[in-house]
Amino acid sequence: MRIVIAEDSVLLRAGLIKLLETSGFEVAAAVGEAEGLLAAVREHRPDAAIVDVRMPPGFTDEGVRAALVMRRETPEVAVLLLSQYVEERYAADLLAAGTTGIGYLLKDRVADVSVFLDALRRVAAGGTALDPEVVSQLLLRRHSDPLDRLTPREKEVLGLMAEGRSNAGIAAALVVSESAVAKHINNIFAKLDLPHAEGDHRRVLAVLRFLDGET
Amino acid sequence: MASISPAQRALAHAPWSPTAWRDTTFVASGVPLQFAGWAVLCAVWPFWAPVDVTPILLVLAGSCALTLRALRPLTRWQRERCWAMLGLYIPPMPGFDDGPAWRVLRGLRTPEVWRVLRYHLVVGPLLAFGGLAAIGAWAGGAILACSAAFPWVLPASSGLSSAAGPRAIQLAVLSVVGVLLVIAAPWIAAGVRHLDTRAAVALLGPDRAEELERRVEDLAEKRASVVDAADLERRRIERDLHDGAQQRLVSLALNLGLARETLTGVPDEAMQVIVEAHEEAKEALTELRNLIRGLHPAVLEDRGLDAALSGIAARVPLEVRLRVEVEPRAASTVEAVAYFVVSEALTNVAKHAKASAVDVAVLRRGDRLLLTVADDGVGGANPAEGTGLTGLARRVRSVDGTFRITSPAGGPTTVTVELPCAL
Repeated sequence: MRIVIAEDSVLLRAGLIKLLETSGFEVAAAVGEAEGLLAAVREHRPDAAIVDVRMPPGFTDEGVRAALVMRRETPEVAVLLLSQYVEERYAADLLAAGTTGIGYLLKDRVADVSVFLDALRRVAAGGTALDPEVVSQLLLRRHSDPLDRLTPREKEVLGLMAEGRSNAGIAAALVVSESAVAKHINNIFAKLDLPHAEGDHRRVLAVLRFLDGET
Repeated sequence: MASISPAQRALAHAPWSPTAWRDTTFVASGVPLQFAGWAVLCAVWPFWAPVDVTPILLVLAGSCALTLRALRPLTRWQRERCWAMLGLYIPPMPGFDDGPAWRVLRGLRTPEVWRVLRYHLVVGPLLAFGGLAAIGAWAGGAILACSAAFPWVLPASSGLSSAAGPRAIQLAVLSVVGVLLVIAAPWIAAGVRHLDTRAAVALLGPDRAEELERRVEDLAEKRASVVDAADLERRRIERDLHDGAQQRLVSLALNLGLARETLTGVPDEAMQVIVEAHEEAKEALTELRNLIRGLHPAVLEDRGLDAALSGIAARVPLEVRLRVEVEPRAASTVEAVAYFVVSEALTNVAKHAKASAVDVAVLRRGDRLLLTVADDGVGGANPAEGTGLTGLARRVRSVDGTFRITSPAGGPTTVTVELPCAL
């Protein structure tokens, strides 16, 4: 799997390269700012890009903006954003531009090597990976509309869905059976008035509905 | 202050006292300067007095312009006279003393020029007459005081030399009058000096109210820059921590994580150490992250208060109803204060209030930013005890805001803060 890294800290860039290469990924390019990232992505067409949110020159949200450009220009390239803090506003911007192949994690998560690599693989395969912190921000913030109809447990399940977990993953996280998870998910679909369609698509819609709750 | 007896006062103004001479020289030196205004105004007329209306008007206008042009040097000399002879400093007036010399002509609309004119053309000349009176008293008094000696000093041929009869009495009276005049002269000089300094301070220096106003403006400006500097410093520290310690720590945790996952054949004790180090590195990261976010969140700069506050609202372990309407955005320093206030208030609520829900509203009303944090907790918050609340109030005051808290025992607690949107 070919990856492009955009991270302005030399130390961390080296660490990421080492991590990815020892784990069997191929690092096509590693750059230090947003312009370089866009160029590298156009040139190498990687499977995924790992992007630091805060990069030169402004050190604010260059990574988010670059990711939005990438969503438009090269939608087939998955984007995994890393940030020192997760802000639901950035997450909302990103997800509004599409919910496939997108991830947004706290930078700290790279320390949990296997969890991080899982998230990266999931994103590269077209899934989502939202940091639990983003999800909890989104959950706490919203108190109105259809989401209110969900039970606390269903909200929990929805949160885990938004993190990008499979039914099995959710069952493991909540220590319940997979069939119980499936039941919860069906309740969520019903309460959110989601039409019947292919399962995964409804999943995405549910997450979207959940993220849209804010506006 | 020790009271001064009349005798001491009389001695202080005795004709031979330094005070008397100082006052006299001060008043005497004022006379030519105080007549100078009129002298400039009338300078042309003795040499050329036209009879037609137009030339008269022209000369009149020229004289007036010349007088105005002379105001600035005259004023400067007067101020220097006060400083050199009395140590009295009269500060320059920003609106009057700056800029090109002829700008005074355009200054007729400003109160400064009219005040200065009043000194040089009205008060000054009157004081000059006072000064002349003081000089006259000295000179006349000295001459008269000596009159009793005339019969002996003057040659016998002059009419005054015969010291006999009524003439001797007349001369004695004149001498007494002279002595009295010499005694009175320092008092006259002191009086004129007193009036002159008061007039000079009032008319040649900055107006007291205006000066205070300017000072208030100056101080407000300085405070704003100090507050801005503190805010900037906080951002710099945040940036430094983010670029330095945080990256290093992430990298360290990453390496430890990598070691934990990939190393094989390591003794159990060694692996245990790695695992502990890894966990600790992650905890340190979390702590550092919270610290840095409390300093100045980057999202506040990019996306404003709404985005930044929803971030902290989500971190508080209770229901937060957030309403933010700040359009257009406030100054960045004010945003930082507002962020800090809400963040600190929410921390307090979570720590002490035993509340189940809290309403946070940040609304812009004109050029004010209104913040309310209202919880449904137990109340009883006392700003005198909690350092958190005192810190809040101080930070609010630093940008000229108001801070109010109502927290009766039994609750609920409401914190209301009003901030100016621009510093």
